[in-house]
Amino acid sequence: MTGEQIVFLVVAFVTLGSGFMVVTTRNLVHAALWLVAALFGVAVTYVTLNANFLAVVQVVVYIGAIAILFIFAVMLTRKDLRDQGPQMNKNWWFGAILAALTFGGLYFLLQGWEGMTKTATSYPVSFDAISELGSVLVSPSGYVLPFEVASVLLVAALVGAVYVAFNPRDTRK
Amino acid sequence: MVPLSWYLVFAAALFSIGMFGVLSRRNAVAILLGIELMLNSVNINLAAFWRYGDVRLMAGQVFAIIVFAVAAAEVAVGLALVISVYRSRNTVIADEIDLMKW
Repeated sequence: MTGEQIVFLVVAFVTLGSGFMVVTTRNLVHAALWLVAALFGVAVTYVTLNANFLAVVQVVVYIGAIAILFIFAVMLTRKDLRDQGPQMNKNWWFGAILAALTFGGLYFLLQGWEGMTKTATSYPVSFDAISELGSVLVSPSGYVLPFEVASVLLVAALVGAVYVAFNPRDTRK
Repeated sequence: MVPLSWYLVFAAALFSIGMFGVLSRRNAVAILLGIELMLNSVNINLAAFWRYGDVRLMAGQVFAIIVFAVAAAEVAVGLALVISVYRSRNTVIADEIDLMKW
């Protein structure tokens, strides 16, 4: 077992454990903090895959923006945080069975695929993935259209979020 | 080097954990947390296929970036909806948001 494999296994188990805590912790602020740990584990996974740009974006966008947004949302809906009732709905066992079946089915499908045991070719030394990614994102023969659609989607989401969350009855200015 | 199967099994396990959260949590914010886990596991798959295929083809990373943008938009709108529902109905329990149930 090489060092890379040990790093991967440690990161994977930490991430899966944090993910399990996200879906089972009672306190939602703690769940959001466990989500930060899980997202950080995913960022380390990107580094092991040589996807450095994705790792940085993961830390900046997911941990820096999305996780903080979750913490704000939990605090703004704080009354239910102290809720003493059950955190799981009464069909939680059905969700657990369905999740286990999904994992089992995916595992079974992947076992039957001959590409499973593929090992990576060595990373090309003179290849700069970040500049290549930047140029294909804005080149007309590359992915400029999905890129622009994504920016339109973000503007629409921004306007929509402000419109939905705006409270016209709130007279406090 | 780590074989591709490890990444795929890891991503499948993370996806299943997120799916369990989506299906069984009562709080709408916790359901969105589960969706984040599912989106992240998909991104691991995309990055792994990019690395184990031809690294000169950037489609995997571009797709992952689009997923980042969609996840950010989804969280912004989803949390705005949750806050809006909390204001008008005073609850974030998904079972109790049954205005359109007949």
